[in-house]
Amino acid sequence: MSVSSSLPHESAGLHVTGQARYVDDLPVPAGCLHLAFGMSSVARGMITAIDLEAVRAAPGVVAVYSAADFAVMPDCSPSLHDEPLLAVGEVHYLGQPVFVVVAESHLAARRAARLGRISYDERPAILTVEDALAAGSRFEGGPVIWARGDAAEAIAGAERVVEGSFEIGGQEHFYLEGQAALVLPQEDGAVVYSSTQHPTEIQHKVAEALDLPMHAVRVEMRRMGGGFGGKESQGNALAVACAVAAARTGLPCKMRYDRDDDMMITGKRHDFRIRYRAGVDTDGRVLGLEVTHLVRCGWSMDLSLPVADRAMLHADNAYWLPAVRIESHRLRTNTQSATAFRGFGGPQGMIGVERVMDHVAHTLGLNPLAVRRANYYPEASEAEAGPGEVTQDEPEVTGADRDLTSRGAVAEAGGPAPRTPRDISASKKTTPYGMEVEDFILHGLTEELQKSSNFAARQAAISEWNSTNAILKKGIALTPVKFGISFTLTHLNQAGALVHVYQDGSVQLNHGGTEMGQGLHRKVAQVAAAAFGIDDGRIRITATDTGKVPNTSATAASSGADLNGMAVKAACDTLRGRIAAFVAEKHGGTAAEVHFAGGKVFVGTEELTWEQAVAATYQGRVSLSATGFYATPKITWDRVKGQGRPFFYFAYGASVSEVVIDTLTGEYRILRADILHDCGTSLNPALDLGQIEGGYVQGAGWLTTEELVWDAKGRLRTHAPSTYKIPACSDRPGQFNVGLWQHPNREETIHRSKAVGEPPFMHGISAFLALSAACAACGPHYPALDAPATPERVLAAVARARGPKTACNDEL
Amino acid sequence: MHVTLTINDTKHSLDLDPRTTLLDAIRSHAGLTGTKKGCDHGQCGACTVMVNGRRINSCLSLAVMHDGDAVTTIEGLGTPEALSPLQAAFLETDGFQCGYCTPGQICSATAMLEEIRAGWPSHVSETLDGPALPTEAEIAERMSGNLCRCSAYPNIVAAIRLAAAEREDAA
Repeated sequence: MSVSSSLPHESAGLHVTGQARYVDDLPVPAGCLHLAFGMSSVARGMITAIDLEAVRAAPGVVAVYSAADFAVMPDCSPSLHDEPLLAVGEVHYLGQPVFVVVAESHLAARRAARLGRISYDERPAILTVEDALAAGSRFEGGPVIWARGDAAEAIAGAERVVEGSFEIGGQEHFYLEGQAALVLPQEDGAVVYSSTQHPTEIQHKVAEALDLPMHAVRVEMRRMGGGFGGKESQGNALAVACAVAAARTGLPCKMRYDRDDDMMITGKRHDFRIRYRAGVDTDGRVLGLEVTHLVRCGWSMDLSLPVADRAMLHADNAYWLPAVRIESHRLRTNTQSATAFRGFGGPQGMIGVERVMDHVAHTLGLNPLAVRRANYYPEASEAEAGPGEVTQDEPEVTGADRDLTSRGAVAEAGGPAPRTPRDISASKKTTPYGMEVEDFILHGLTEELQKSSNFAARQAAISEWNSTNAILKKGIALTPVKFGISFTLTHLNQAGALVHVYQDGSVQLNHGGTEMGQGLHRKVAQVAAAAFGIDDGRIRITATDTGKVPNTSATAASSGADLNGMAVKAACDTLRGRIAAFVAEKHGGTAAEVHFAGGKVFVGTEELTWEQAVAATYQGRVSLSATGFYATPKITWDRVKGQGRPFFYFAYGASVSEVVIDTLTGEYRILRADILHDCGTSLNPALDLGQIEGGYVQGAGWLTTEELVWDAKGRLRTHAPSTYKIPACSDRPGQFNVGLWQHPNREETIHRSKAVGEPPFMHGISAFLALSAACAACGPHYPALDAPATPERVLAAVARARGPKTACNDEL
Repeated sequence: MHVTLTINDTKHSLDLDPRTTLLDAIRSHAGLTGTKKGCDHGQCGACTVMVNGRRINSCLSLAVMHDGDAVTTIEGLGTPEALSPLQAAFLETDGFQCGYCTPGQICSATAMLEEIRAGWPSHVSETLDGPALPTEAEIAERMSGNLCRCSAYPNIVAAIRLAAAEREDAA
């Protein structure tokens, strides 16, 4: 059986020979035109004039469009309809598309785009958290507040209070393949090739832009060169622009962002400032916690509300918080519109409480791991009951929304529900939002990781090492991950599949998920192979196609295999049932007794090959095509009340990082990382290990070297790999031990596996807190390290640890 | 301008704007799309090809500078039916996820192993004149110009070590 085996990626042979095609590699029809945006050069202002004469006169230019050319400007937003394709009257960030050039070549379009002259009446740009707070520039009117119990009172009564504030930087996706789209005009609509995680969203936005029903637009997506959330909504502008240009010119249109344009135009991970105040007992147990998230959302709403919600939903991470108040400010700034990125706000929420644990341990002089363990939720079977209360300050939900398939959609049309705070039965396993943590396994998992990583001995050795080394300091940290699996917009938790069995026994598989390197197609093919008892080689997965499976959700929220695997299994089970019924009738026995394995179909006392059974079923005039559908059970979530069970289950893991810093330069290395991660019963251990290793390195990159810098005018200064540093081969940990916690998911997921796309990203937090520990080894004070922990920030943290009166090198 | 490039043993006579990069010549004019454009700044390595046996970032080089040169791209190294040792090793170790950096990684690694064999030192080599060995540290250092955003680095290094070891065994 192919499930749970480490088969290679389904396109492996194509990838290593350069034959795997991405959107930019597709042969284009003759006469194909190429598009490029002309962008705003100011962060905020009214457009007073647009002079495009030189653009129109440039060689190779076929057409140029700006706001004046549209009666109704097409929209690219996945939520509030607040993202005009081209700026209308005013610009909201530096880099915003103002006009689009349609030319005979990519280079001609780009060259011409630089010739546009736009005049502005510049307004003061709102760039920082302070600017936005002062101007009251925010989404949803006011902060969203979720609370349980009276955190302020609990803190007031606590023996110790720990408080602080820290910065968490954003992150550029830097998918190696930039955004791209190709649109072929049809006699009654359009065919779109888009590098997107969300083909249905592209279909929806293109149809809307062309004023056509969705059935007139077909979107095809074979594979992406990385997505990481950056292709959930950010591809809309390219597809819509190409669709509009193709409709107007009657010719195929293609657009791809060059790297600089991609980084200037598209959204990134939300940066946060988190303020915290915790009241703890002398063992470091949290009695009350107040957390404030200040979230820079950028100029448009995009997916910021569910991102900020998910940050709040992970403000507890693995810890029982008896009294808690979480306040989230979604600030509107004149910068790129921050968007989905692996973890979707979860990492920011999680690092907030991990910082609290670190700070509490430092203040009380306790081992950080002991503090964490003291605050863990109880292990799955040992929870105790107790009273509690959940209240929710009502967020203002604004804006009509017709885009139901996007995570930016609002859950229900009829406006906010009445605010009805209610008591819920909260035990020590109840999250701040009222969900019972029924599957907590971190006690056992942490213990095993402590052993396998030799944690205690290494912690002691590092302490000893630090006492004898003045310049180089080491740090080690163990941090847990508990990540909620499901879209928080409940209706997105559905998937469809279409499976064809051909008369020769070969199988074609279609589902709504997209392949971006995570190995989704391989896993889903394994599910189908297992259902039919045939070899994977008999199964072919086609490009994701809105014409084959409609109304799909984005391949996001780590849900790809969970949702689509189940939908495919449902379709396969239907087909298997038909084949079984037919061969049983012909050969005797009952359908239930027919068995599919090893390329054979066992019926009664007879044994048919899969091919024989299929051919016979076909000749018996039985349909060999079926759809499958899946909707995640058990979940309910009321975003307005902030209550329910938003997640089907949690994925867990823990990691240990060891680092060394140079206290003279602030430079550092990750010496070793040990990770133990919960994939349930892994569908494919090799792919899952790849996700875990890659997630850790990407997460560590977010918190260490990846720094986004905007200047005082709002210009992103780090818009290329020359200045924006993602981890390279030599940045991975010197020693890297990754293990799978192989226990079946308690919930009935596809073959009892667990989602693995996002959760491992947050193992990078242990690298950050190991750096914090190394800084803390330099002096008596808390280093209060900010993220990303660039060498400059490490130096600053070392100085803080040493204290204000000690010059950096006094101790040397 | 007229430029003749021998790409994967096939002669291509191209009429190019002199500003055309070697990368664009390969992708757009010779029609070989295996070589990828990642950043167009010479910093991600996705466009790595070999020119006369040496690896270069093809986005940083003009096609007209390579008149008469022999260019090897990922398509010239092997096919799914007849993989080169490094291609087979990447397949064996799952040395990729999304695959977009893979052609550049494999071209880069192919030339890099030749550099090691020729004894070229790197930043992490212990001596300048000693024999260079395909250790993990050497490979990581010498492959740092090829970014992988999926961070499949552990498996990429494993693939290169595997190919290097097999070559040593064969030698």
